[in-house]
Amino acid sequence: MSNLPPGFREPSVEGEFEEYYLNMGPQHPSTHGALRLVIRLTGETIIEVVPHLGYIHRGMEKQAENLGYTQYIMMSDRQDYLTAIQNNLGVCLALEKGAGIGVPERAEYIRVIMTELGRIASHLVFYACYGGDLGGQTVLLYGFKEREMIHDIFEEVTGQRLTTNFFRPGGSRMDVPDTFIPRVKAFLAHLEKTLPDYDRLLTKNIALVERSVGVGKLTKEQALAYGCSGPVARASGVNYDVRKNDPYSIYSSLDFNVPVMYNGDCYDRYLIRWQEMYESIKIIKQCIEKFPAGPYRSKEKPNFKLPAGSFYAASETAKGLYGTYVVSTGGANPYRIHTRSPSFSNVSAVNAMAKGEKISDLVTILASIDPVIPEIDR
Amino acid sequence: MYTPSNPNIVGDFVREWVPNLVAYLPATVQGYIPSAEIAALINVVICMVAMGVAGIGPVPVLIYMERKICAHIQCRLGPMRLGPHGVLQLAADIMKLLFKEVYAPKSVQTFLYYLAPILVVTAPFLNLCMIPFGKNLQVADLDIAIPFIIAVNGFGILSTMLAGWASNNKYSLISGMRSGAQLISYEVSFALVLLLIVMLAGSASLGGITESQSGNFWDWWIFKAPVLGLLAFVMFLISSTAELNRAPFDVAEAEQELTGGHHTEYTGMAFSMFYLAEYINLFTTCCVATVCFLGGYNAPCIGIAAVDGILNMVPGIVWFLAKAFFMVVVYMMFRWTFVRPRTDLLMALEWKFLLPVNLIMLVLGFVFVAFGLFLP
Repeated sequence: MSNLPPGFREPSVEGEFEEYYLNMGPQHPSTHGALRLVIRLTGETIIEVVPHLGYIHRGMEKQAENLGYTQYIMMSDRQDYLTAIQNNLGVCLALEKGAGIGVPERAEYIRVIMTELGRIASHLVFYACYGGDLGGQTVLLYGFKEREMIHDIFEEVTGQRLTTNFFRPGGSRMDVPDTFIPRVKAFLAHLEKTLPDYDRLLTKNIALVERSVGVGKLTKEQALAYGCSGPVARASGVNYDVRKNDPYSIYSSLDFNVPVMYNGDCYDRYLIRWQEMYESIKIIKQCIEKFPAGPYRSKEKPNFKLPAGSFYAASETAKGLYGTYVVSTGGANPYRIHTRSPSFSNVSAVNAMAKGEKISDLVTILASIDPVIPEIDR
Repeated sequence: MYTPSNPNIVGDFVREWVPNLVAYLPATVQGYIPSAEIAALINVVICMVAMGVAGIGPVPVLIYMERKICAHIQCRLGPMRLGPHGVLQLAADIMKLLFKEVYAPKSVQTFLYYLAPILVVTAPFLNLCMIPFGKNLQVADLDIAIPFIIAVNGFGILSTMLAGWASNNKYSLISGMRSGAQLISYEVSFALVLLLIVMLAGSASLGGITESQSGNFWDWWIFKAPVLGLLAFVMFLISSTAELNRAPFDVAEAEQELTGGHHTEYTGMAFSMFYLAEYINLFTTCCVATVCFLGGYNAPCIGIAAVDGILNMVPGIVWFLAKAFFMVVVYMMFRWTFVRPRTDLLMALEWKFLLPVNLIMLVLGFVFVAFGLFLP
């Protein structure tokens, strides 16, 4: 067994069996993009999974060295396209920290409403893909239906549906239109009517429960060791949410809960996203009530420079902890920008989750991690 | 025991005319046929074409229905562009499949690889011969139609496993093994439910089963045996969905896990054979359900002479097709609502739940027959 393919270790399972390898991806219906998983199997039972990354690596961090600071915000859209607006915020937080720019109150409220809408959109895609990967094609379409409505709001506010490129250091690119708040209100009213229907369709479905409960267990220690964050870590009992533990923007003044579950299986990861959607609705409602007038952006030069030094800011996207590390030498371009992407750490735990499970379970596990590959490869 | 009281028009046609179809060709054409053997071959070809047309006929309707029903369940419109409400879309799709190159990867076992798509359409066509679409509108009224259907369904398993093995693809192999295990398991409860109906009806011929349900709509087996009939119908729905290899029990195909299952490596017409077989199978299974539970070609009479007279004026084949397509809609809604169970859970459902329940139902059926516990 010495000539194993790269990435594999010596077998840990003893007994009479015949091992074989299965190549899942990069073209496969349920790997959510160009992710390649090489699986070592005996029968249908998984011995080991090795993710191979890099199929859509675009060298974003290297490109950033030749871009202005505000130009890099556009690149963050193309990392996790499902949470583009939250990535925008993550980059802006780091730049504001470096340049020492303050943000007007109205801009903070715009930011929170937009990012929480983005979180709901991302979790709806998770719901859709989770159902779709388990064989419920109808669920796939239902999840995307409400998500399109959020994108309609994004289109009106930012001019883009998916790659929003909206936030700037000190606020946002432009003010929200007058129709923004009524539209969000109407959407929330609609969402609160439809979400229970979707919940009823899938959550208590016997086939889904049997395929999710106890599948893909990740202990608290493993979650911490692999650096998991977001819903994946919180489903394993890690009570950590950047919005609560290291609050940015106006999150410290808002009333919301961080749902935590303790089984660490696929069903918990599924349920926790449902609860987060309801929490996001709660947050948006509070922001709508207190939505202030005033400037949407503090004045500063369009192409500003950061003082020499290194700056780091973390934010909580729908996938987990999104960190931006900026090193500046005082020039117009960053010396180095590094992104700590949540999906990378979450996907690295797939072997710990999938060991000893079946091929069908690997699909469930992968869907429950909800990875976005462009964010891993960057 | 049921004996056909009226002449079987279609059956007579098949038995008497079909072996001599060549004799009905124009005389000029017959002049070119050199020997009796060639004539027999030509006859076979004519029969195959006729059977193909009869069997493939409902398939475009079914595929169109599947697309539209699935679309409306999913808040979509489905095909809308080609023709009114996209009715011509299918013609375009069929043309595409016909003209696609049949391409086999180098590493396949060529003979078995091409045998599988041929075998897969055998069973549905054979089953179709048994179905009484109307009074006497039936190719062959076999006395052992139910055992015949159960036996012939085995072809489906064989072809799936052959395709999985011959493709020389790991996904296909897993799919072949899965479908082998699944279909053999669900064959058991499928057969037991049908045997229950045979016991209740006192006949194994589909014509006899239909005749045993003549009368009002509560004489259909789904209602006639109180509770037991409905239970058996649900059991039939579950086991036949697994038997058909359709979602939610399509663990063999399982697009999200195995990319395409046993037909991953097939293209063009070879692939469309699997597709075709799936839909003819769906139709024949719906027909069997109609015959066994929903009274076949009998009109849903309600016991009021004036209304029944009008209902009986409608030809039996219309009632039959109405019921069969109602069943098709049920199967399609079933498909587009549920998620897929895992293979081992599917096996557990069969051996730990369906099989014991079916055996109990068989005993109950005996009690029903012995004490005549039927609706009047």
